[in-house]
Amino acid sequence: MRGIVSYGAYLPYWRLDRKAIAEALGVAAGSGTRAVASYDEDTTSLGVEAGRAALRGSTVVPQALYFATSDPAYLDKTNATAIHAALDLPTSAFAVDIVGSVRSAVGAMRAARDARGPALAVLSDIRTGLPGGGDERDGGDGAAAFLFADDAPDARVLAEPLGGASATAEFLDRWRLPGESASRVWEERFGEHAYVPLGEAALTEALKSAGVTAPAITRLIVAGPHGRAVKRLAAAAGVKKEALGDDFTASIGNAGTAHAGLLFADTLDRAKSDDVIVVVSLADGADASVWRATGVSHHPSGIAAQVGGGGRVSYPTFLTWRGFVKREPPRRPDPQAPEAPPARRAEAWKFAFTGSRCQACGTRHLPPQRVCVKCHAVDKMTPDRLADTPAVIATFTVDRLAFSPSPPMVVAVLDFEGGGRFQSEMTDVDPKAVKIGDRVTMTFRRLITAGGVHNYFWKAKPLRGGTD
Amino acid sequence: MASNGIRDRVAIVGMGCTPFGEHWDKSASDLLVDATGEALTSAGIELPQVDAFWLGTLFSGQSGLTLSRPLKIDYKPVSRLENYCATGSEAFRNACYAVASGAYDVAMAIGVEKLKDSGFSGLPGSGGIGDGTRAALSAPATFSLLAPAYAKKFGVDEAQFKEVITRIAWKNHKNGALNPRAQFRKEVSKETIACSPIVAGALGIFDCSGVSDGSAAAIIVRAEDAHRYTKNPLYVKALSFVAGPAAGPIDPDYDYTTFPEVVASAADAFAQAGIKDPRQELAMAEVHDCFTPTELVLMEDLGFSSRGTAWKDVLAGTFDLDGELAVNPDGGLKSFGHPIGASGLRMLFECWLQLRGEAGKRQIASVGRGRKLALTHNLGGAPGECVSFVGVVGSEPSA
Repeated sequence: MRGIVSYGAYLPYWRLDRKAIAEALGVAAGSGTRAVASYDEDTTSLGVEAGRAALRGSTVVPQALYFATSDPAYLDKTNATAIHAALDLPTSAFAVDIVGSVRSAVGAMRAARDARGPALAVLSDIRTGLPGGGDERDGGDGAAAFLFADDAPDARVLAEPLGGASATAEFLDRWRLPGESASRVWEERFGEHAYVPLGEAALTEALKSAGVTAPAITRLIVAGPHGRAVKRLAAAAGVKKEALGDDFTASIGNAGTAHAGLLFADTLDRAKSDDVIVVVSLADGADASVWRATGVSHHPSGIAAQVGGGGRVSYPTFLTWRGFVKREPPRRPDPQAPEAPPARRAEAWKFAFTGSRCQACGTRHLPPQRVCVKCHAVDKMTPDRLADTPAVIATFTVDRLAFSPSPPMVVAVLDFEGGGRFQSEMTDVDPKAVKIGDRVTMTFRRLITAGGVHNYFWKAKPLRGGTD
Repeated sequence: MASNGIRDRVAIVGMGCTPFGEHWDKSASDLLVDATGEALTSAGIELPQVDAFWLGTLFSGQSGLTLSRPLKIDYKPVSRLENYCATGSEAFRNACYAVASGAYDVAMAIGVEKLKDSGFSGLPGSGGIGDGTRAALSAPATFSLLAPAYAKKFGVDEAQFKEVITRIAWKNHKNGALNPRAQFRKEVSKETIACSPIVAGALGIFDCSGVSDGSAAAIIVRAEDAHRYTKNPLYVKALSFVAGPAAGPIDPDYDYTTFPEVVASAADAFAQAGIKDPRQELAMAEVHDCFTPTELVLMEDLGFSSRGTAWKDVLAGTFDLDGELAVNPDGGLKSFGHPIGASGLRMLFECWLQLRGEAGKRQIASVGRGRKLALTHNLGGAPGECVSFVGVVGSEPSA
């Protein structure tokens, strides 16, 4: 039996209060919050964090990685390779993007499900829209990842696919030209008219293929960018009332390519043996899949603890992060792009946070060194990955002069548990709250974009109970 | 560390130093011509009498042509070198060794930096960023890492620490106010310093050295020839320079309350000069006060205060112009300004004036009471990963 053996979810730390939009722009913006990727996050970095969550505690090594997003950080260059590198996957593992639309998520899940050998689907999105619009208000940022493999004693299948069906149609409901910062949508009632029958068709066929009836569904997840169509299909599906749970729109917002995955992960966290879970995606057609939870104990996604989020981002800061407000830069030289050959030579360090350990005396080095700082042994090093090792702050500063896309830059000297020190930028942190002795954990980020190059590396964030 | 030193083998017989500051109307070449002219006049010689040149500059030119072109030096050895912010001292050290070796009779060490043409505040960046994984801290931020570490280790609370670094800036501005060549020539109240806009960590604008343009030069000859040029030469007692392994940022044993490179170079310099108790034997010290916490930590690393007590000595006025040991009597990097390549030689210029009794309103009383040694300390880099120079000069050859 092949199915999901592990999964994970990642929601950014920041939340925007929708009423902040209303106050700033004098428009109706509803209530609740939306999840906001920080200035140093993109769909690739969110995907890395979800992938890390999925692989945490699992011994399965993916042989393929499928990355889906509507908002790829690069075009004409595979983004999945950065995730592959950050997850420290073997060179022999395949990595490919399936990008450009919300429906890409279905493609990644199917590819991972149908692959031979362990395969990871990473679904990630950052949803933007013009200030004051519905996409800005109702969108949300996040990522989810699902690891598929054959059932094995050390990797039990926790959700088994029972069946599925698709319905495809060409119509103009939502679209975006490359390079634009917001999507366009046709009149809402038209999309609803087109989507609902497609959804009904796919759902009916999927249930038939799985031999399941609607009342037997434990949980029905319907997700898609068209809010009204999603609600109408769910209401008309004929499932028990309790099969329709929280859709995260009040807390996270609609996370586009990642949304169905986030809801699925949350459902799996609470699933019991033989629960029937149906996931329907309404995006340029409809795709329905039917799953049976096996009830095996597993590592939860941690999504429940992340839904509430951490810090509140102000609306002007949010607009700055998303590029809608261009702020005066500091009077400092422009940041430089990382150079390709050094970045390639340092791939394990830069992307996987792999240092080195001296085999002669055990001293850890970050970044990796050839000569041991303690015993001076030469070329006696072995790789030592510290991405998941907590650290303690030895000293720190808040740099108001250095260039940062969101000043000030907080930098801490980190001493890692079990040895090793590194001077690291901090993120998702209140500069006023940093103290010597605070515990932190590493997170994969996009430090800056300079000269058209995204500079990916790791930062430290406060280790907060529950969210990590 | 093993070093033999060249105590009393060479002497400084002339020095020049331009005013430091925003020289909007002068290029690096202009500043080099000015400082060279003043140094030659001071030594009573002409340019052709100089046999070899060492030029220190970090950003303002490459190769010996940076000096030979504006001065029209005719086919002589001119070396250009850099060693971060210790560049000026490094030019001096190399020129001294060249004369001590017998290779040349007269050498000139000169440093220059033209920082104000970049349009940026602070230092321009240098070099590529490679793989892009090094935290791109500003210079004040790297040195501000000392503050919380020092305060925590020695039980100094935040307010006290601010008072200590504020007093260092206040003292250096007070000294600089007496110096016609300094970039900032007025006293600044402690309140203004303490309330200045924050740049990094605990550091406000007034905790940072002045970004400036300037040049300084020294003429070096064999000690036995010195009196041919001047009645009052300065004898070189010690020259120590070390580059550390840059272990601090990767070694948890480093605690950000000291510069091990300074400790090593000071020990070496004191051994070369035969100094046992620097606080009692030196007339003055020019130290690398790039940022106020640096000066605080240096007082301990140079052996002027015992560990964990410099903050009390600072508050007690020990290092004031009229204190037990005057530190940065010319105003230091803080108020004299810090044109990188020139700073090490600017420090030496103050020793030249003070030990010869030519410092005017800044004249240190202990020189009159018989103290004859002065120290310069110059560092480059950041806490845990720096190069450090310590030099000692004296107004008399040793007995």
